[in-house]
Amino acid sequence: MCQDCGCGDPEVVPVKVQQKILARNDRTAAHNRDHFLGDGILAINLMGSPGAGKTAVLEATARALPNPKKVAALAGDLATENDANRITAAGIRSKAITTGQACHLDAELVHRAVHHFDLDGVEYLFIENVGNLVCPAVYDLGQAFNVVALSITEGEDKPLKYPTMFAKADLVLLTKADLLPHLPFVDVDKITDALARVMPNPRVISVSAQTGFGIEAWIRWLATVRTNALEKFEVYA
Amino acid sequence: MHEYSIVQSLVDAVTSECGSHAAALVLRVHIEIGDLSGVDVDLLTTAFETFREGTCCEHADLVIERVSTQWVCPKCDRPIASGQVLRCPDCDEPAQLAAGDEILLRQIEMEVPDVSGLRLR
Repeated sequence: MCQDCGCGDPEVVPVKVQQKILARNDRTAAHNRDHFLGDGILAINLMGSPGAGKTAVLEATARALPNPKKVAALAGDLATENDANRITAAGIRSKAITTGQACHLDAELVHRAVHHFDLDGVEYLFIENVGNLVCPAVYDLGQAFNVVALSITEGEDKPLKYPTMFAKADLVLLTKADLLPHLPFVDVDKITDALARVMPNPRVISVSAQTGFGIEAWIRWLATVRTNALEKFEVYA
Repeated sequence: MHEYSIVQSLVDAVTSECGSHAAALVLRVHIEIGDLSGVDVDLLTTAFETFREGTCCEHADLVIERVSTQWVCPKCDRPIASGQVLRCPDCDEPAQLAAGDEILLRQIEMEVPDVSGLRLR
C-alpha cells in the first residue's frame, strides 16, 4: 500500500495487443486500394534497385501504348523530380513524390499525392517507388500488384540476397534484355532459378526499354490482371 | 533504413494503449519480427533506443521475438524449406507463406495505478 496517499501500489499489468505495427499504414493502403479499384484503376507498385530501369520501362510503355491518356504515374524520388519529368515527357501524366530522406513510399504519401492529381479516365496508375530493394517491400501502398524491375546486369543471385522484395512480387520485369549478347557470363536460367527459390509463383517477362522487346507482353499482362482485379473487386464490393 | 519509421509507428501504438489503460509507466514492449518481414532486428533495436526518449517508452525494454520463415504447400501442408524451389514437389502447388512476415506488437507490460474501482485491465 502506498504510504503517501493510500492509493495502492502501482500494479504491473500485461496488456495483450496483438496488432500489426504498421496497422495505420495498412488502413490507409486499404482506403487507397478501394478508391483505385472503385474508379477502375489498376495501381502497380513498381519497385527495383536504383538504376534497374523502372523509369525507362515506363517511358517504353508510354511509347507502345495506343492511348497513353489512360495511364498515369507517381514517381517517388529522394531529391529530384527528374523521373516524373521524364515520364511526363514520354506522354504519361505524372507527379513526383519527393521523399526527402525517406527510403520508401508509404500509403499516406501516395494518398496525399493522389488527392491533388487528376486521375480522370485513367485505367493504369504506376507508382514508381524509391530505388531500393529493401524498404519499399515493407509498405503496402494500396496497389493491386507489386512489380519488381530487375536488370540482367545486377547479378544472378540478387533475388536470393533480397528475398523479402521478391517474395512479395507478383511479376518480375527482367530489364535491359538487349544487353544480353554483351554479357557472356550472365546466365538467365540462373536468375530464374534464384527467383523460383524466393517467389512462390514466379512470373517473369524479359523486356528491353531500348528496343521495345517484351513491352507488348508486359502491356498484355497489365490488361489481363486489370480485368481480373476489377472483376474480383466487384464480387467482393 | 525504414526501421525508424517502424519504431515511430510502434511508439504511437504503445502511447495509444497507455492512454486507454491510464498507465503510469511502460516496463516492457513485446514484439514479433519475422525473418522475411524486411525488418532488421539490430537496426530496430538501435532505432528504438534513439527514438524512445521523451516518449512513454523511455524506460521500457524492447523484447523482440524472431519468427522463422515457414513455407508450406497449401494443399498437403508439406513444409518447403527456405532456399528450395518454392513449389510442392508432390502437388506442384506454389508454396504459401505460413510464418515469417510478422511485424507485430504482441504485448505491453505497464504499471497501472492500483486505484480501487478505477483499475482497468
